[in-house]
Amino acid sequence: MAKPARVRDPLGLRRAVSGWLLPALVAAMALLAAIALGGAEAAEALARRWEGGAAAAMLVQLQPGLDPVPAAEQVATLPGVAEAIAMDRERLSALLHPWLGDASGLPLPPMIEVRLTHVREADIVAQGIAEMLPGAQVEQHGVWVARLSALARSLQAMAWMTLALVGGLATAILAVATRAGIAARRDTITILHELGATDGTIARHFAKRVAWLAACGASIGVAEALPLLFALGRMASPLLGDGLEMPWLALLALIPAAALIAWFTALSAVRMWLKRLP
Amino acid sequence: MVRLEDITLSYRRGENPALAGLSFALEAGSFTWLMGASGAGKSSLLKLLQLSVRPTAGRLTVLGTAVHTARRRALPGLRRRIGIVFQDFRLLPHLSVLENVALPLRIAGRREVQLRADAEEMLRWVGLGHRMEDRPEALSGGEQQRVALARAVVARPALLLADEPTSHLDEPQARRVVSLLQEMQRLGTTVVVATHSPNLIQDFPAPILQLHQGRLLSHG
Repeated sequence: MAKPARVRDPLGLRRAVSGWLLPALVAAMALLAAIALGGAEAAEALARRWEGGAAAAMLVQLQPGLDPVPAAEQVATLPGVAEAIAMDRERLSALLHPWLGDASGLPLPPMIEVRLTHVREADIVAQGIAEMLPGAQVEQHGVWVARLSALARSLQAMAWMTLALVGGLATAILAVATRAGIAARRDTITILHELGATDGTIARHFAKRVAWLAACGASIGVAEALPLLFALGRMASPLLGDGLEMPWLALLALIPAAALIAWFTALSAVRMWLKRLP
Repeated sequence: MVRLEDITLSYRRGENPALAGLSFALEAGSFTWLMGASGAGKSSLLKLLQLSVRPTAGRLTVLGTAVHTARRRALPGLRRRIGIVFQDFRLLPHLSVLENVALPLRIAGRREVQLRADAEEMLRWVGLGHRMEDRPEALSGGEQQRVALARAVVARPALLLADEPTSHLDEPQARRVVSLLQEMQRLGTTVVVATHSPNLIQDFPAPILQLHQGRLLSHG
């Protein structure tokens, strides 16, 4: 004969809400959530890098004969400009070297390198430069980079939406599991109710059990996600420079978050069911 | 202690009420037999008194609480002062005999040490001190009945309700159970026992509530 249930489990929930199905489903949800988090982090890093790097820079070609140093000082006063530097011949030659070879003998136009406070200032700054330095040509390579940045932001938003969807699905799965547990222990719940147990006491027994299973499942899911995220980070490293910074805190927070969702879902499902009793 | 005033209980609209026009009062510390043929309304009356259902109409007062107007959250505390011996025992199969008996004390939030001592004492009182760690399924019907009785009285309820508590027992065991119930009454508990057995009523004289088709035929 099996050993009698432990007294901490008067509802017998170790049997009624057991097995691998609930932890496995929560693990799958946690895995998806972890990947969504990693994706959101990668998209954020890409957008940040693009917005703060190439997109926020522009090259200004001045009219031949114009001194780039005072022009750069003038440009630096424009709102939205973080820095404006006159490019000397050596730097220009170095930049052109991959395409033209030794360009030191060529007539090179005076150039200014402008760094913006933010990529969104590009149009205003370009307009200011056009008014300030007539005939100057502004090379806005930031436009396509800004489009890539917008794409990264969209990916990030989608990742957050996926995370919300996964949260909703997890809630639904936990509610179904709790209802199955209630159905399996209907008589026991009724007896406890008739002996004077409060709704809160009965609901907390369910909540503890379901939260524990959800935490176990989420731990497995997060652990499974780690190698995938490392691989994702490695693949993204050429684009991200330093590679993907792992969102450790958010990943670890998935476990208590799953437990909390489970706790409140079970609590409300059981309380709702108990309202049928007088 | 317990007062019913023109109580009606209907489980579904349009159907004949299970109880109709019921009015009586039970004094604190009294022992009352509840009699009636099957379908007379005995179980419905016990359900009403144990707060498993609320009256459809009328006024019901149990242990000083007006149940017909009480808020739902007030009822668990009241239920903890009522002991119930169900006809079908309703023991929890996944718990040991001892844990089944300790359940009302656990629900009441008693301390573990005290709770265990009280449950053990109660099981010895009903003659089952040697079956504490067994599961209910390992016990005979009569033994399960006594476990149900021990669970009903372990928290020293103010009101004890028993629905056919001797139906699974032979004559000597039935007499022993009724003696235990009377002992509870002597300790100050109000006891209401539903039975079909005229022999028991003859051997243990007490006021009788006689029901017929949901109505009170006689009280006294």
